[in-house]
Amino acid sequence: MLNERLRNLSVIDSLLWLLRAAIIVMVLWGTFVGLTSGRADGEGMGQFIQRCTTQTDVGTIQCMGKYSAETWRDFIIFGLAQGGIYALIALGYTLVYGVLFMINFAHGEVFMSGAYTAFFVANAFAKNGFLDSNPIVALGIVLLVSMVTSTIIAILLERIAYRPLRRAPRLVPLITAIGASYFLQYTFRGLYGSGKKVYPDPAILTGKWDIFGIPILKTQVVVFVSAMVLMVVLYWFVQKTKTGKAMRAVAEDKDVALLMGIDVDRVIVITFATGAAMAGAAGVLYGLLFKQVDFIMGFIPGIKAFTAAVLGGIGNIPGAMVGGLFLGVFESVGPSLFLEGLGVPAAYQLKDVIAFTMLVLVLIFRPSGILGETLSEKKA
Amino acid sequence: MALLELENVHSYYGSIHALKGISLTVEKGEIVTLIGANGAGKSTTLRTISGILRPRQGRVMFDGQDLAKTPAHKIVNLGISQVPEGRGVFSKLTVMENLEMGAFVRTDKAGIQEDIEHAFTLFPRLKERQKQVAGTLSGGEQQMLAMARAMMARPNLLLLDEPSMGLAPILVDGIFETIVNINNEGTTVLLVEQNALMALQVAHRGYVIQTGEIVLTDDAKALQVNEMVREAYLGH
Ligand SMILES: Nc1ncnc2c1ncn2[C@@H]1O[C@H](COP(=O)(O)OP(=O)(O)O)[C@@H](O)[C@H]1O
Ligand SMILES: [Mg+2]
Repeated sequence: MLNERLRNLSVIDSLLWLLRAAIIVMVLWGTFVGLTSGRADGEGMGQFIQRCTTQTDVGTIQCMGKYSAETWRDFIIFGLAQGGIYALIALGYTLVYGVLFMINFAHGEVFMSGAYTAFFVANAFAKNGFLDSNPIVALGIVLLVSMVTSTIIAILLERIAYRPLRRAPRLVPLITAIGASYFLQYTFRGLYGSGKKVYPDPAILTGKWDIFGIPILKTQVVVFVSAMVLMVVLYWFVQKTKTGKAMRAVAEDKDVALLMGIDVDRVIVITFATGAAMAGAAGVLYGLLFKQVDFIMGFIPGIKAFTAAVLGGIGNIPGAMVGGLFLGVFESVGPSLFLEGLGVPAAYQLKDVIAFTMLVLVLIFRPSGILGETLSEKKA
Repeated sequence: MALLELENVHSYYGSIHALKGISLTVEKGEIVTLIGANGAGKSTTLRTISGILRPRQGRVMFDGQDLAKTPAHKIVNLGISQVPEGRGVFSKLTVMENLEMGAFVRTDKAGIQEDIEHAFTLFPRLKERQKQVAGTLSGGEQQMLAMARAMMARPNLLLLDEPSMGLAPILVDGIFETIVNINNEGTTVLLVEQNALMALQVAHRGYVIQTGEIVLTDDAKALQVNEMVREAYLGH
């Protein structure tokens, strides 16, 4: 049995296995070196482990590499906040893929259009003081503007760019999506300019809150909690409402959905709109967390969210949520955890590389995603 | 006036000419069967009636309305439900959700609830499994679900595409019994089958289709003893 399997392994397979092993060894080695870099001069590994496992005040004795426990905790919390944003965007990829088996590569621009448009509203509110006198209402309006803008853009995109190509070979809408993506970038550049714009910082969100004794930046709390709430609402919508059920029916079989009397075109539009509303909300959260927007801001978060969607198994809604959070945390912790250990200089600037490496690796080794849903059946 | 009337219908898949001038009628209250070999055009006929496929020529009249002018998703509203070939249950939706999708075009919540209860008395197995996703049901249970789901729209005309396909003989008997029951409760049935023997036993009239054309039509009794039918479809 084993012999036969070994013989059947092609050269490529062996190389891929080697690559996998090498990556795991590198990550583990980097993590190990990184974490043990706090050893005192001349201290043996045994002593180090003993010291760090017996003393309780681990924060002060450098048991976790160059960083204190608080720093690691902050990395994770920041990771969860940005992961929430990735997850919200990822939902758009996954929803559209679910019903059309098409990757909407212009989704990053749908996200940008909302965030960028809402910036002007936020900025006006900041200037006239409304943002600080009535922060909840002001932020609510900003959020609404962003969600509505993204939704309108996505509906136009579906109607103009994708629907006429519904029956075309798969490559055609993909190329169209890339074209649409550039079209939107440069349209918004034309409309709003090419410079970076600084998102206003509402006074109500400066400083920290104490949550279970842990001081956390208010922005991060708000971003994470909002993302979670939106995801729960979306999940409820897809699982429990009639329209949500129709969406899942259309995803499974369009002809049979038609036989039920479901207006498939309408459901597809609703799917685009739902994903876009999530992206629009993510746009405002992005503005709050990263404080700046511009016309190409959709590109990198777009690819990262796509990575998150693929990680969770594209088409799988809980998968996109888990994938987003996982990627956010991995990206936030990874550079300090194993890249520095490997001796990579200025590791934090390489956080984008982590996401893209992960995308390539997942596509090579596990295209069905970590939650492992099979993509086969009926997906033609 | 017939409930359903196809008049010289031609349907295509791209350049493949699948229906070459089909004409048939179904009267209110009847069970009519359409029998024919694999690839003859039976499913295509049903798809053309329910609007998934559009005829390139000819007319499909239902209750005095021209179906070719009705968007596919509105045809259910007129009173036509189809159980597609291979059952077509939504495998990732629960049994209950499948039934709800069957009632998609209806808004009378109380009536829907009533009909779900009715379906559960007809098919107690479905009641036991209402929270399970349909993909986990056996073939026979999926066929029951597909039929129950189609009935959720309260159709006047039920189109059945090979309901006995792939089922054990003992289940086939049950399915045909259900078809007769549904008909007795007032629903007209157009039944597509390869299992001509069973189909002709429950039907009032039948049509024989060959490579996209109707070649024979008669009372079911007469077709059962027809030489050509016996040779081609009944294995004598
Ligand atoms: N989706 C399709 N694309 C192209 N040709 C098809 C398609 N479906 C059916 N056909 C062709 O149309 C003819 C009739 O098919 P069908 O109606 O499915 O036959 P039946 O249901 O009687 O077995 C066959 O020749 C078949 O090959
Ligand atoms: Mg068929």
